[in-house]
Amino acid sequence: MTLTTLVAERLPIRTEGDVQLVRRRARELAQVAGFDAFASAAVTTAASELSRNALVHGGGGTAVLERVHDGAREGLRLSFEDQGAGIPDVESALRGGFSTGRTLGLGLSGSRRLVDEFRIQTAPGNGTTVEVVKWCRFRR
Amino acid sequence: MSAGIPILRIRGHILVSVQRELGDDVVEQFQRDVLSAIEQARGPTGGLLIDISGLEIVDTYVARVLADTAAMARLMGRQTVVCGMRPEVAATLVQMGYYLETVTTALDVDDGLDRLGLPR
Repeated sequence: MTLTTLVAERLPIRTEGDVQLVRRRARELAQVAGFDAFASAAVTTAASELSRNALVHGGGGTAVLERVHDGAREGLRLSFEDQGAGIPDVESALRGGFSTGRTLGLGLSGSRRLVDEFRIQTAPGNGTTVEVVKWCRFRR
Repeated sequence: MSAGIPILRIRGHILVSVQRELGDDVVEQFQRDVLSAIEQARGPTGGLLIDISGLEIVDTYVARVLADTAAMARLMGRQTVVCGMRPEVAATLVQMGYYLETVTTALDVDDGLDRLGLPR
């Protein structure tokens, strides 16, 4: 199925303030896309966790927030890219409770449970990219 | 400097209403302000009530800040009740596997004051 991007926004993640902006913009996009309070909180929280991971573990990076449509439904696609050290053991990280720093433990595994699609690309020394999609199921 | 989060005294208890995002930039100051208020509010009862009804999002970072603050207050000899968590916030935290089991919770400020033993 082809995805159409309705709106895309690229935001830097360099500071705590940037994490807050990513969170705020994700929330606004979720509301425009018609997400209910629960879905909106879920996708905004995932945006918060993943942008903080990019800042704390990846040394900063970029977030791309998109409103997408697959022909039948609207959703949000969020991607977070950093050029940090990468995650050496992704499986452990995704099981949760694993942390090399302050936030990775439940942030990564928790985010996966909050969204409909979750893809991660990481390699030691080559940074990490996490892409998630949350579909709008129940309209407000 | 203040974290910009009002700390109120209410009949020997301390009420903190968090209405803004608890970012890295204010967390440390927030915790210091709360602990100082606890120290100054010496009295026979004195619990700490943190109202988070103003928070649209509680991620694992903020959840940990709340749990840590409660742990600090406990070490000082004071009980903490976190109240007013929105339904979508509760659902999101549990979906992530974050149960905040170390923190006493209440539905709202009234319920929270009951938990702290303040007579109606």
